[in-house]
Amino acid sequence: MSMPFYVAPEQRMKDLADYARKGIARGRSLVAVAYADGIAIVAENQSNTLRKISEIYDRIAFAGVGKYNEFDQLRIAGVRHADLKGYSYSREDVNARGLANQYAQILGQIFTHEMKPMEVEILVAEIGPDVADDQMFHILYDGTVRDENQCTALGGEAEPILDRLRETWSEGQDIDIALTRAIEALTGPDRRLSADDLEVAVLDRTTGERRAFRRLEPEELRTRLGDLVAATEGNGGGVDLEPPPPDEEPQA
Amino acid sequence: MTLPLFPAQDDPGPDFAALVRSAGLEPPRLDRHGDAVTLTHGTTVVALRYADGVIMAGDRRATAGNLISHRHMDKVFPADRHSGVAIAGAAGPAVEMVKLFQLQLEHYEKVEGERLSLEGKANQLSMMVRSNLPAALQGLAVVPLFAGYDLGRDVGRLFEFDVTGGRYEENDHASTGSGSLHAGTVVKLGWREGLIREEGVDLALKALFQAADEDSATGGPDLVRGIYPTMATITAEGFTALERDEIAERFRALLDTMDGGMAS
Repeated sequence: MSMPFYVAPEQRMKDLADYARKGIARGRSLVAVAYADGIAIVAENQSNTLRKISEIYDRIAFAGVGKYNEFDQLRIAGVRHADLKGYSYSREDVNARGLANQYAQILGQIFTHEMKPMEVEILVAEIGPDVADDQMFHILYDGTVRDENQCTALGGEAEPILDRLRETWSEGQDIDIALTRAIEALTGPDRRLSADDLEVAVLDRTTGERRAFRRLEPEELRTRLGDLVAATEGNGGGVDLEPPPPDEEPQA
Repeated sequence: MTLPLFPAQDDPGPDFAALVRSAGLEPPRLDRHGDAVTLTHGTTVVALRYADGVIMAGDRRATAGNLISHRHMDKVFPADRHSGVAIAGAAGPAVEMVKLFQLQLEHYEKVEGERLSLEGKANQLSMMVRSNLPAALQGLAVVPLFAGYDLGRDVGRLFEFDVTGGRYEENDHASTGSGSLHAGTVVKLGWREGLIREEGVDLALKALFQAADEDSATGGPDLVRGIYPTMATITAEGFTALERDEIAERFRALLDTMDGGMAS
């Protein structure tokens, strides 16, 4: 009878976490900030068909970084969970906390039981009737949940981005200021992004409609933010937007 | 309630009804003829095309046999931003069908990242009506009207259904429910191409008034309680329900033109 090699649990967890972090670090980051009338989510994304940010329910949005197929699978499961829950109970019984817990359960279970962890970090954001009721749940590849209510950053370079974001964040900022600060935090001092390289969506509590999720298309971003996101010669989609060099191991 | 994750081969895709089935939330199938029960029925709804899109209108009465069971039931609902559905038939299954239909459209939009075409929405509703056929044969028929603004073609469009799920696109106007014969005739006689909004509203109100006059299951305007038909317009800007005050005012103007109550 052959015995499998013994691997210490600490070592296994560390290897899995390193693997997941590496996968996540390959993609671009994403930030979410609370502003006076809701929550704005800004992602660096050159595709305008493969979305990182999307609508889950009336007042709940989803965003993911890392491996697209994995976070998209989670997104769809979230839409299903929310729609089924709203159908069998009531629309007001659907909330971000319950959904974030479900995501945490699944991610935690996959992290410990499956061959490989999911290479994703996700965000579940929900707006309430007032700024104080807004919530953002940042969920990591291993099921760790962080509860934020001002701003958060997801992705490989999350820490420096979050530091920049926290420095400038102020309570009751309006949407244009919030977007400007979010984009500046995302790019850092040395880079610029054009409107076409950004994916931006808001949960807006002032629309008066049931569904608060709204995308801000590049055209609207240019109108709102002008120079900040204007395409510059040799920059938009240029060299500094290439993803970091791939790891030597091929991606599954 | 856990997170619904499926293996690839069992994935229901953007189909909310299939998701509901897989979650075991489907209503029970009726498999034998039960004893005759007196059920709540909704009655007359009309839809017509006008210059900017379509108008949908429905009376407010629900009946159970010879009794009036509700005086202010709504039978015209938004299906999504650019379409609406109006119902006639057994009230319980009809309202449930509308709820499922609304969710189906929203669910599709969120999962797929884009909306269904108007044609796709009409077909979807047709399948829901068809799946209700066993119940329809036992007296629980649901016969909706579907109307919407086709953003691809820039025109308002109307669809009628029958209990088997048959889907029939109408060019100008459509009606369904117990008073549809009378309501449909009034709309047919008064309709012309390019009606403006006010003319369309007046025509739909007149149709419902005449249906209520001839059909006991259709409710007329209730001036004592202030109950008037539900109406909505669907244009390029979307589904807009008419304010009760506007409908009341149009109805009073209509009544004034009826000398002794029964002119035209």
